[in-house]
Amino acid sequence: MATKHRNPSQEQRQAAVSECRSRCAGRGSTFVRQFLGACGFLLPNLLGFLVFTLVPVVAAMLLSFVRWDAISPWQEARWVGIHNYVDILGFHRDPATGALTPNDDRFWYYLYNTVFLMLGVPVGMALSLVTALLLNRPLRGVVIFRTIFFIPTVCSAVAVAVLWRWIYQPDYGLLNELLRLAGIENPPNWLGDPAWAKPALILMGLWVGVGGYNCVLYLAGLQNIPEELYEAARLDGASWWARLTRITWPLLAPTTFFILITSIISGFQGFFVGVHIMTAGGPAGSTTTLLYHIYQTAFVYHEMGRASALAMILFAIVLVLTLINWRYGREAAQIIY
Amino acid sequence: MISRRGGRDQRKCVRRVVVKRSLIWGNIAAYVVLTGGGATMLVPLAWMVATSLKDPSAATSFPPEFLPRIQESWRDPATGQTRPLYWCEIEGRRAKVAKLRIVKGAAVVRVLEPPEMAGRELTVPLVRNTLKGHVETLRPAKRLYLRWANYSEAWHAIQLERPWMAFRIGPIECPGIRIRDGFLAFYLNSLIVTITVTLGQLLTSSLAAYAFARLRFPGRDGLFLGYLATIMVPHVVTMIPVFILLRWLRMIDTYWAMILPLMFSAYGTFLLRQFFLSVPQDLEDAARLDGCGAWGVYRQVILPLSRPALAALGTFVFLGTWNQFMWPLIVMNSTEKMPLMLGLYSFMGQYSAEWHYLMAASVMVMGPVVLVFLIGQRYFVQGVVLSGMKG
Repeated sequence: MATKHRNPSQEQRQAAVSECRSRCAGRGSTFVRQFLGACGFLLPNLLGFLVFTLVPVVAAMLLSFVRWDAISPWQEARWVGIHNYVDILGFHRDPATGALTPNDDRFWYYLYNTVFLMLGVPVGMALSLVTALLLNRPLRGVVIFRTIFFIPTVCSAVAVAVLWRWIYQPDYGLLNELLRLAGIENPPNWLGDPAWAKPALILMGLWVGVGGYNCVLYLAGLQNIPEELYEAARLDGASWWARLTRITWPLLAPTTFFILITSIISGFQGFFVGVHIMTAGGPAGSTTTLLYHIYQTAFVYHEMGRASALAMILFAIVLVLTLINWRYGREAAQIIY
Repeated sequence: MISRRGGRDQRKCVRRVVVKRSLIWGNIAAYVVLTGGGATMLVPLAWMVATSLKDPSAATSFPPEFLPRIQESWRDPATGQTRPLYWCEIEGRRAKVAKLRIVKGAAVVRVLEPPEMAGRELTVPLVRNTLKGHVETLRPAKRLYLRWANYSEAWHAIQLERPWMAFRIGPIECPGIRIRDGFLAFYLNSLIVTITVTLGQLLTSSLAAYAFARLRFPGRDGLFLGYLATIMVPHVVTMIPVFILLRWLRMIDTYWAMILPLMFSAYGTFLLRQFFLSVPQDLEDAARLDGCGAWGVYRQVILPLSRPALAALGTFVFLGTWNQFMWPLIVMNSTEKMPLMLGLYSFMGQYSAEWHYLMAASVMVMGPVVLVFLIGQRYFVQGVVLSGMKG
């Protein structure tokens, strides 16, 4: 055909495509064909999603209303309604003193442990940002430093836990040796002391995470900031602190927001390897996080109903935190733009 | 006119020099901090490798030393017995002596160095009184000793009783392979599980992502919202019912228990859908005009263009599955089916205070991954950025 080919418009393109489709369609309506095609693509993933994600979530909700140990046949499961939740979250009046006491004070202690361990999140983010700022400079050999900082993240968590278990050994471990060299007479028994076990875990988490994913994301965010802004600020006489707070920090807000969300979500669900291998729940339960408590309740004590209720509570906490973050973090990120 | 121009140029020169100086100082400070940070990252790993080569006596020595050393010894030609060597101060000179025997708070030693004093036998008190208090007169003489045998002993430490990969499907029975060393089986198990999960996730996620991105069917958006919603659900919530389901299906303590629950990921679908949406519609329309159906478009157009996203997702899934610990801990019991992480944990349970073995095993577990990372790190970092920006 002698017609000149111009860029066809959207409608012309769609008309051509649907005409071709109907020519190739043959019997059967295109709708059914499309539906069956989509089914074929979707089915493997959808089946797995249903069986291993959707149905288990619903099942967990149902399980949380039941008392069952999953060893005896399911007919022996007892429906207890919200009794599990009351057991965990509720309060009652102590008959002796008349004061309000929690039904399960271990739960609140483990919740405190979990929140305490999350203190490492903002510290880690700040350190990651500082590292990213340093790595962003045009230095010779910056790639070597970037690699070195990233290596702990790549190391398998189990091996890292074994290594740090040795580092925290009170008699011949590395950390106490360094502390003694620095002049500290009686360095603490890190993993054996309820007061020091959690900071020990936080320190290990920082060692693994500072140069890792967060740092790389911050680096990418920093490289997206145009250099002209900094030049203009320098010409106007802005100090490095002013440049940091007025240019860098606001323009990194989306990255910070994303990192904060993912760090909080993974922080509430993380630390299992460290806790299990290094302290197994800690001296006197001082490193038992909510996650570890759920693991113990379900797979050591075989109380499936109670464990499901705890898991639902954890889910609710993570959900609330994410929604708060989403609402306020998004606004903060968008105001800048 | 000349002087005015000179003045302006001078001012420009001064400003340029001032800016450069602060930049240099900033760079020096950055180097110092980065070196300190880099040392913090590497020193524990260096100690891990050093401890893995230590003799058992040196691994738990107090105070701890970095270099693997053991005490030297000397064979007495007269009696044929080996004696430990020490450093000692004799007549103001540093001498290396062999401790022959101990007599009432003193040691009978034989001098070996310096050669002028060699061969003499002296009695040296074990403890000396100085201004600082009691000081031992004999200090152990040590030499560098790298105990490579730690690695082979750790490798052979866990021996399997049952054959590896023995299974029965209906009438077909596979007797399995007799693997003696546990760690070999652990590596193979991890490889099998990780490769299967990675390929499975890539396949199912890309198919579903294409369906969500390009195909039209009723309930598409609602279903995708359901996918998104479950990403936020913590893993523990689904772990308990999935465990009960697998127990009901009698799949506990099989490879399927490790593979199946990890093979279907909503996160991968979400990521790939984002990527597929960015593929220009024109390419797909051109393929359709050439007569491709949905499968053709998927295979010919989308897949080749998505190599970076698929590589990034594949890397993530590979690493994540390789490092899986909690789920295999829950579902696996048999030693011969354990993945590497669980194998290291069970090794740690058996040899909990023998740090040289533990460090050697940790190096064996960590080493390959770190090596692969060092080789392919450029692609790795690209993948992190890709998924972070799109996610």
